[in-house]
Amino acid sequence: MAGAEFETPELSEHIEVPELVEGTMEHITCFVAKPEHQTDLGFPGEKVENWKEVAIDKMGDLLSRYRSFQVFMDACVKCGSCTDKCHYFLGTQDPKNMPVGRQDLLRKVYRRYFTFAGKYFPKLVGAVDLSEEIIDDWYSYFHQCSQCRRCSVFCPYGIDTAEISMAAREILDSIGVGQKYCNEIIGKVHKIGNNLGLPGPAILDTLEGLEEDVYEEDEVAVKYPLDVKGADILLVTPSADFFAEPHVDGLIGYGKVFHEAGVSWTLSTKASEAGNFGMFIGSYENMRRVSLRIREAALELGVKRIVFGECGHAWRIAYSFLNTLAGPFDFLDPDYPVPQHICEFTLNEIEKGTLEFDKSENDDMSITFHDSCNVARASRMGDTPGGQFEIPRKVIKAVVNNYHDMEWDTIHERTFCCGGGGGLLTDDLMEVRVKGAKPRMSAFKNVMEEKGVTHLAAICAICKSQFTKVLPYYGMDMFQVVSVHQLVSNAIVLNRKTPPEEAPGYGEDDDD
Amino acid sequence: MSSVYALLFIVATIVLVIGLTRKIVQYAKTPAPLKIPTTPAPVTQTGVVFRLFREVVLFESLFKSTKWTWIFSWMFHMGLFLVLLRHVRYFIDPVWLPIQLIQPFGKYAAFAMVAGLAGLLVRRIFVDRVRYISAPSDYLWLLILLTIGMSGAMMTFVIHTDVVAVKQFFIGFWTLSGGELPMDPILLIHLTLVAVLMILLPFSKLLHIPGVFFSPTRNQVDNPRERRHLVEWARKFEES
Repeated sequence: MAGAEFETPELSEHIEVPELVEGTMEHITCFVAKPEHQTDLGFPGEKVENWKEVAIDKMGDLLSRYRSFQVFMDACVKCGSCTDKCHYFLGTQDPKNMPVGRQDLLRKVYRRYFTFAGKYFPKLVGAVDLSEEIIDDWYSYFHQCSQCRRCSVFCPYGIDTAEISMAAREILDSIGVGQKYCNEIIGKVHKIGNNLGLPGPAILDTLEGLEEDVYEEDEVAVKYPLDVKGADILLVTPSADFFAEPHVDGLIGYGKVFHEAGVSWTLSTKASEAGNFGMFIGSYENMRRVSLRIREAALELGVKRIVFGECGHAWRIAYSFLNTLAGPFDFLDPDYPVPQHICEFTLNEIEKGTLEFDKSENDDMSITFHDSCNVARASRMGDTPGGQFEIPRKVIKAVVNNYHDMEWDTIHERTFCCGGGGGLLTDDLMEVRVKGAKPRMSAFKNVMEEKGVTHLAAICAICKSQFTKVLPYYGMDMFQVVSVHQLVSNAIVLNRKTPPEEAPGYGEDDDD
Repeated sequence: MSSVYALLFIVATIVLVIGLTRKIVQYAKTPAPLKIPTTPAPVTQTGVVFRLFREVVLFESLFKSTKWTWIFSWMFHMGLFLVLLRHVRYFIDPVWLPIQLIQPFGKYAAFAMVAGLAGLLVRRIFVDRVRYISAPSDYLWLLILLTIGMSGAMMTFVIHTDVVAVKQFFIGFWTLSGGELPMDPILLIHLTLVAVLMILLPFSKLLHIPGVFFSPTRNQVDNPRERRHLVEWARKFEES
């Protein structure tokens, strides 16, 4: 429950695999969705009377529609390979936070109702009847998984707990027991267009403010356009970029890069959100509805390209699913991938030589890069596998003088989740978030001590918000998190001077 | 008694073939609506074949994870593979050359198999995390396989059975010409457990054998931007 007391784990020099302590996180329950949050998404408003039947039917439905779910339920041999890979287990010692422990909460019910062995020899194979207690366990522990896929890297069958968490959450939604945080946010996107519920005028106001700030600092009229028809590029970025720190510094950076590249671009009110929490709850339908806003915005504005800002799960959906959910994008310029990541765009401009940097502007910092899980393990950038690791690092190294990676087994595909992904970035899960951040915080602390690193750069809105919140718990400073394009913004030299009439507020009466 | 065993193996073979086929058909027919390869992933179909090859033959992901589990399970599986190949000689006459060449390796592979299984069992009992996730069936499988392996090795190295008669029994079984099985207790234990394993395989975690080939995180090509991936049930949303 929100505000409950808990102890922040101590950081260690290496990843230490703790002993099991059963039930340490059993008390965790995040707020349940209210009826209106549920019905907005097409789920029952309250727990249905025949929940047992509905849950089993839903499980059967998902088994028949998702090969991943069916194969993953069957294939696990309980080898234990994943047991020490989850950051939530490492931070809480709770065996139900081991990936296989979490999966088994669902698997033991699957076995009971869908397999011969579980129907006739339940004790032998650890199968159990669905009960209230199991639903409670599902609700608790499937909201302690950030769907980061670290376990799937190490599983000999590629079993991905994210898929199983998504299925579990979809089953919970179908019986009327959804999570408030995710479902309320998805409702906001359906109604208003972004996770934060920012209306168009508020976004416009913010963007005008940014134009003034940049002009004040650099005396160059960098534009942050909204809903401009006929622009070449539609930028879709997480709504946190419009106001949160350090996110907004990243948005300022994107604008400067576009400015120097000399391309026309626009944001959209309709697609004012890159994030898509439909994935977190495993709902294809909701994920599709949210994705279609981007297609509609691109068609209405008549753009030629779509570029995504810094956001981890958004990039997974954009890169891996958008073509499926909202494609085909045959109306866009075929010379560019759909969509592109802002880091791909920026690196491309760097390699073309259109951007000039003064790296010394970032000399007050020494940087390390946090690979966001959805970017690292569920997507790609560029043309070759692993581009998602190289491209952001190349961008960073082009704009800073001091860069050091964290320990090899905590980066790239082995990266540790920030602890707040997958629909957990809510205050009522603060204990899970703080404890789950332990492995990442340890690796960061170590590179600070060993290499003198001062700042952690990220390309994910959730990671940035999460680190801002949890760094102080571990005795560090919230301002140690930076956006990658914030670094770009600091170092970029604005060579395209603009005529004075383009300056923000030009021609307006000065009332001061 | 020989006819009881003949019947047992007929039933075991039918259950294995039909049960496994049903699961494979189920896996193949169940759609994978989204592109979910664990990345970095191959960008071509050929790349996927190599990835699966490394996964199935070298246990690549397990190697990344835990060296102890990797070494034990790899010893067990590769040992079993060689032992199985060697056993082909009991079903064909004349024996193909490759199977003849494998003979000495296949014999000693039994030790690798048994040692690997023993390692896995020790790990399951003594590592608290693995013990926590183990159901009775998880131990039982290891014990069944250990008994099969040890009884087989006993017959190869210690108390020989009448292999010629065994071969005649199985060739007879196949060609419907009959044959008598030697009534050695070790042989009977060995064969009974093999039949049990064949019968239970399609209903158990041994489904990881077909499962690994159908795992979307391992068998998908990383090309979602280039090619639109759409399954039948998802298409209906486009029409409404």
